[in-house]
Amino acid sequence: MSVLIFIDQADGHVKKAAYEAMSYGAAVAAQLGTSAEGVVLGPVSDDLAALGKYGVKKIHHVNNPALDHFDAQVFTKVIAQVVESTGAQVVVFSNNVDGKGIAPRLAARLKAGLVPGAVSLPETGNGFVVKKNVFSGKAFANIAVNSPIKIISVNPNSYPVKEGEGTAEVAAFNATVDAPKVKVTATNKVTGEVPLSEAEIVVSGGRGLKGPENWGLVEDLAKALGAATACSRPVADVHWRPHHEHVGQTGLAIAPNLYIAIGISGAIQHLAGVNRSKVIVVINKDPEAPFFKAADYGIVGDAFEVVPKITEAVKKLKGMA
Amino acid sequence: MKILVCISKTPDTTAKIAFTDNNTKFAEAGVQWIINPYDEWYALVRAIELKEKDPSIVLHLVTVGGADTEPIIRKALALGGDEAIRVNADSRDSFYVASQIAHVAKEGGYDLVFTGRETIDYNGSSIGGMVAELLDQPYIPLAVKFELNGTTAIINREIEGGEEVCEVPLPVVVSCQKGMAEQRIPNMKGIMGARTKPLKVVEPVAVDTLTSIVGFELPPAKAGVKLVPADNPAELVRLLHEEAKVI
Ligand SMILES: Cc1cc2nc3c(=O)[nH]c(=O)nc-3n(C[C@H](O)[C@H](O)[C@H](O)COP(=O)(O)OP(=O)(O)OC[C@H]3O[C@@H](n4cnc5c(N)ncnc54)[C@H](O)[C@@H]3O)c2cc1C
Repeated sequence: MSVLIFIDQADGHVKKAAYEAMSYGAAVAAQLGTSAEGVVLGPVSDDLAALGKYGVKKIHHVNNPALDHFDAQVFTKVIAQVVESTGAQVVVFSNNVDGKGIAPRLAARLKAGLVPGAVSLPETGNGFVVKKNVFSGKAFANIAVNSPIKIISVNPNSYPVKEGEGTAEVAAFNATVDAPKVKVTATNKVTGEVPLSEAEIVVSGGRGLKGPENWGLVEDLAKALGAATACSRPVADVHWRPHHEHVGQTGLAIAPNLYIAIGISGAIQHLAGVNRSKVIVVINKDPEAPFFKAADYGIVGDAFEVVPKITEAVKKLKGMA
Repeated sequence: MKILVCISKTPDTTAKIAFTDNNTKFAEAGVQWIINPYDEWYALVRAIELKEKDPSIVLHLVTVGGADTEPIIRKALALGGDEAIRVNADSRDSFYVASQIAHVAKEGGYDLVFTGRETIDYNGSSIGGMVAELLDQPYIPLAVKFELNGTTAIINREIEGGEEVCEVPLPVVVSCQKGMAEQRIPNMKGIMGARTKPLKVVEPVAVDTLTSIVGFELPPAKAGVKLVPADNPAELVRLLHEEAKVI
């Protein structure tokens, strides 16, 4: 018996979400009085033994070049072999782009109950119950998992990374790997920017900014804070900003430590995607804007005057000016 | 070519979220129901576009739900599609629903199965992956673009900070999100036509459930906003640094 964590990597580097998954998995293992192990697929350049610091005792590395690119079908079959060989009873994923591809497949394959989007550690006193986000951040549900094997996908930014001491034993795992059917032909990454789903700080703009030519305001503040940029739906719909920046009920749901909303009214569908942020700041010239009800801090004022001053103050704080 | 689009019924995005029966049931009284936006705007509309380009494509819709889901499936048919299949069962958990859809998909021999990226009520993002596994087919989650080139699908999927472009031979299961297509409004002709399109009702297959909902909770209320005067934005930065400790 053990807890097995899928350690997601891209281009040879362990993803931030995987550190959260490891910390979560190690805590589940401690709770169940068992050990946490990890599985890594494909070639990596990071030092896997060093991941012991996040509570993982042993890492099963399937270093097969066929796993260099993501194919949920192939990955699932390999992870299932590791689950079988380790006798893992709990499998932990990050509920990120790859986790959403693999965890449900593994659940169907192993007839294991899945909790997608877990936000806290399981209750194991009486059964196995995990809290998850439902109704797009407007509520939580407690889900009982009734199968022998349990799969948890942890929402990014819901569980803090815990770094301690230790070295993991790294063992090559000899798995049967199918030829992938999915052929990756290109990767288009926005370089030099913080990916929105992983960002700890997000600066977001709405229709109140009047036009794409004014986005320098948002970008300058984001740059000073080391933040990602986002936008409301109408802004993406009229192509002021790219689709992948659209947050809300029908866009990306995010949970950064700090969300700064500039010129966004705070419609219920927008709030649904951002209300799990730890701290919300709203800058809006309308004191009646609904967003203020969901905010921790706010400034009632004209964004065009206020935001450059905030950027300046941030730069001063960080010794950038 | 045959395409199957999965359609789910969800509460309207403005519905009040509250619970009854000691917080074990969603309070449905007075709630308006809609087609899950990801299913409608992206999965269904993209499938309709493919059929408009190649009218030989057969387009079916499937939903798992009781008779009360029929207005939703008729609404979806008003946008497009040749016929709909309703599996006459209430949703129990994702695996139960996915098993029903996989059964329909197997019987129908579809080349493509589209789902929305997630429902806006359960936020599971899991039906597509489960269906793909049960069918032993490839799965592309969170697709933002979909093209067909003969029997090969060319799909862009979301990755951290960008997109990955991949080619997959059919059959394949795809979960769809923003970027795939633009929302459409059904027209009168569509609405009239939908009334006479076939809506087949099939009984569910026996499947175990693996999870159950014990209860719901609402998030704790916010303490209230702390307003900073507009002429002193530096104070906001100080509070974020010293009080909230987020910068
Ligand atoms: C089914 C459905 C799903 C939806 N999903 C989403 C979603 O996922 N995400 C989303 O964002 N929306 C979504 N919407 C749309 C949502 O209802 C709102 O229409 C949208 O969020 C409004 O965007 P906005 O706040 O940018 O624009 P507006 O509502 O136009 O608000 C602009 C704000 O800017 C302020 N402002 C104007 N000028 C200034 C200035 N100079 N300085 C400071 N403030 C200023 C105004 O006071 C106002 O509050 C959805 C709607 C539906 C029906």
